Amino acid sequence: MPDSKPILEFRGVNVHYGPVHVLKDVNIEIRPGEMVCLLGGNASGKTTTLKACLGMVAPSSGDVVVDGEIMTGATTAQIVAKGITMVPENRRLFKRMTVKENLEIGAYLRTDRDHLDDELDAIFEMFPRVKERLGQKAGTLSGGEQQMVAVGRALMAKPKVLLMDEPSMGLAPVLVQQNFEIIEQINKAGVTVFMVEQNANMALSIADRGYVLQTGRIVLDDTAEALVANEDLRKAYLGDADSA
Amino acid sequence: MMTDSAAPPSKPDVRPMTDVDWEKVLRSGALAGLMLSFIAAIGMVTVLDERTMIDPWLSLGYLALVWVPVFFGFTAASEPTPDGGISPVKGERDLLSGLVTGALAGLCFSFFIVLIDTYDMTDIFSNLLPRLVDLLTFDRGIGVAAAIWIVGCALLGLCGGAAQVVSARVKRMLSWAFVGVAIVAMLEAVIIDLSQGLRVEFVTDFMYAKNGGLTTGAAIILGAIFGAAGFQSSDKTFDQRRQERMSQPKEVLLRKNMVAAGVAILAVIFVPMVVGGLTNELLANVGLFVLLGLGLNIVVGSAGLLDLGYVAFFAVGAYTTAILTSPLSPYWVPELTLDFFSWEDWFWKGWVIVAVVLVMAAISGILVGTPVIRLRGDYLAIVTLGFGEIVRILFLSDWLSPYFGGAQGVTNIPSAAIGPVEIQGTSSQSIFYLTAVFVVIAIYVAWRLQSSRTGRAWSALREDEDVAEAMGINTTAVKLTAFVTGAVLAGFAGMIFAVKVGSVFPISFKLLVSIIILVIVIVGGMGSIAGVIVGAVVLIGVLGGPTQPGLLQEFGQFKLLIYGALLVIMMLKRPEGLWPSVRRQRELRHEELNQDAWLTGTPGTDEEEDDA
Repeated sequence: MPDSKPILEFRGVNVHYGPVHVLKDVNIEIRPGEMVCLLGGNASGKTTTLKACLGMVAPSSGDVVVDGEIMTGATTAQIVAKGITMVPENRRLFKRMTVKENLEIGAYLRTDRDHLDDELDAIFEMFPRVKERLGQKAGTLSGGEQQMVAVGRALMAKPKVLLMDEPSMGLAPVLVQQNFEIIEQINKAGVTVFMVEQNANMALSIADRGYVLQTGRIVLDDTAEALVANEDLRKAYLGDADSA
Repeated sequence: MMTDSAAPPSKPDVRPMTDVDWEKVLRSGALAGLMLSFIAAIGMVTVLDERTMIDPWLSLGYLALVWVPVFFGFTAASEPTPDGGISPVKGERDLLSGLVTGALAGLCFSFFIVLIDTYDMTDIFSNLLPRLVDLLTFDRGIGVAAAIWIVGCALLGLCGGAAQVVSARVKRMLSWAFVGVAIVAMLEAVIIDLSQGLRVEFVTDFMYAKNGGLTTGAAIILGAIFGAAGFQSSDKTFDQRRQERMSQPKEVLLRKNMVAAGVAILAVIFVPMVVGGLTNELLANVGLFVLLGLGLNIVVGSAGLLDLGYVAFFAVGAYTTAILTSPLSPYWVPELTLDFFSWEDWFWKGWVIVAVVLVMAAISGILVGTPVIRLRGDYLAIVTLGFGEIVRILFLSDWLSPYFGGAQGVTNIPSAAIGPVEIQGTSSQSIFYLTAVFVVIAIYVAWRLQSSRTGRAWSALREDEDVAEAMGINTTAVKLTAFVTGAVLAGFAGMIFAVKVGSVFPISFKLLVSIIILVIVIVGGMGSIAGVIVGAVVLIGVLGGPTQPGLLQEFGQFKLLIYGALLVIMMLKRPEGLWPSVRRQRELRHEELNQDAWLTGTPGTDEEEDDA
């Protein structure tokens, strides 16, 4: 698998917000079936990286390549149609719509709309709770349930690559654990996962590989084991207490 | 959590007299006095006095004052509990609160009367005329008048306070009787119109006095009938009944809806035949604004784009029709008249104009929409407001006056025809039928769109634009769809307007029109089709449109004041609108419940800490 063609690739991507140089010559390669995490502190450019994946910000130079096809300049809709979906930070469900409507929006671009029930069934199997809540307003769910719906909504698009923006943000520790188990499960089912996370320990415990972003530049790029063992990284992100 | 929530307060059946919230009573009394003076000072009493409600002793002018002490007496006596409800503990204190509030209001108002009697302030307040003083002093001395106002207001305030004490059933009986009689008195013109159509004039001859107003006998009989009906009515609110209705099985609901739709269609077909010109004129105006409201409802209610320049598309529709059909226009196409299904001539030619209007409205929707669509919220509102004015000023401009006639507009727009029936601007009945056809089309389109994929995308867009985009929704295209759909419906309304009036002038397309359409949508209930109809009936039918007189023609010059007051009251008391969509009602009520739950410390309906 490691030598297969990358499904998502950043080739020397630069992003500017006006005069601010946010991403500096970023190179990322994600192969099918991998689980890759992107680590970094605040304002290091993590969310911008995800936005660039989805074409929500345009790179000033460099290319975003999806499945061998250069998608620079493509609209978000075109990129989503290529099989990339995102679970946004803080879940951001459509709170006033029902759970079912949220899931349906996830499948907005699907052309095989007759087969939506298959995905729904798969999601219900993974999250039986979602089935019970189907007619309820998404905003009335608990945090954990909202996370399930957010993941379900993304899966409704039948993605090849699932982008996860800070999956542990705003969740109770028990739920964070549960959430990472879900991500692992989705990855095992064959979906490539690209995850942005501040909780480096947790992310590296399930990821295959990791990139470390610092003020818009990739400073480290290695397997998860190697990153956990890396002294510099441990000092910067993991905290010595955790490594004991 | 409230600290004392554990110990429920003991509930005596009757609160002691001394337990009056004097500060509140003082405040309510002063406010009521100010309100009375304000209503008098803006000239409402003088103008509305022309209209008799109950012959010979009650005019609409006095009615405009009478409700004030009752209302403030009622609110002064009410004591809200932390959860927003009304305290169940009732008693003499409520009566006392009401009485004192009313007396205070009367006192303040008497001061006002003395003031305007003593000083001539007509230079500044042009409505403070001697006639007003005569009305307010009942043509008697100022001292007698003051006594009458103080005692009268105190008694009215007492009634308000008493309304707190009596059982819900009695309260309902009284309010039904009062509101019922008031409505029948207000609807005088329409009821007479209808009775003439049905050839039962003898009923109205008995009910209404010769020079207007209900006869005292009729008022008493009607009061008794409405009171009895109110006494018998169930104690469920409109919303509770609606909720019950909604929880019925789907098939039953569908069948009932079909029956209701059938009845509505029959009413639309047959009612205009029975009623006279006046009612038809009102119905036609209401229909026109329903069409406009449905269009704006898609833009604002469904897609959440606040468009304050909506009148522009109305103008485009009207001018397109005018230019194509008026012999005075340089682009007159003599072959094209608004002739639907004419057998002799070219069968489809009326629809050609419809198609041209559709295309022009859609093009203008795209032209206005494309540059502004990336803006959000307030920015969008302001820019669309500007575009609306630009369109009006273009039609008014000298530069384009060879085409649009400038301030002179385009006149001589011929009538339309459906088959053999000719629709003339002068015959409101036929205009109503034409409007009804387009309203039915619009309702169908709006209804289908609501549950469509596009409708879902609009909801998502309204909720969270960024995430909607991340889900692959092409936000620009979807927003533009909403804009264009709304524009086309407004274009049709413009076409009907042009035929109805027979001439179009830029002055008909002021900003006020956009705002009134928006108020219809908000008052009716955003995102609700039925709400738009209710809103249009209330605002256009009863109060009157921007230039169209409504049922209460006397209110004409106070229309904007009442619109404003209505909007404020709606936002405070019923933000979801008069007839909200089920979805929106749930949203707003739910949020309220949660806030209350937080206040009272009772568990809310949604927080569940069960994620083990």
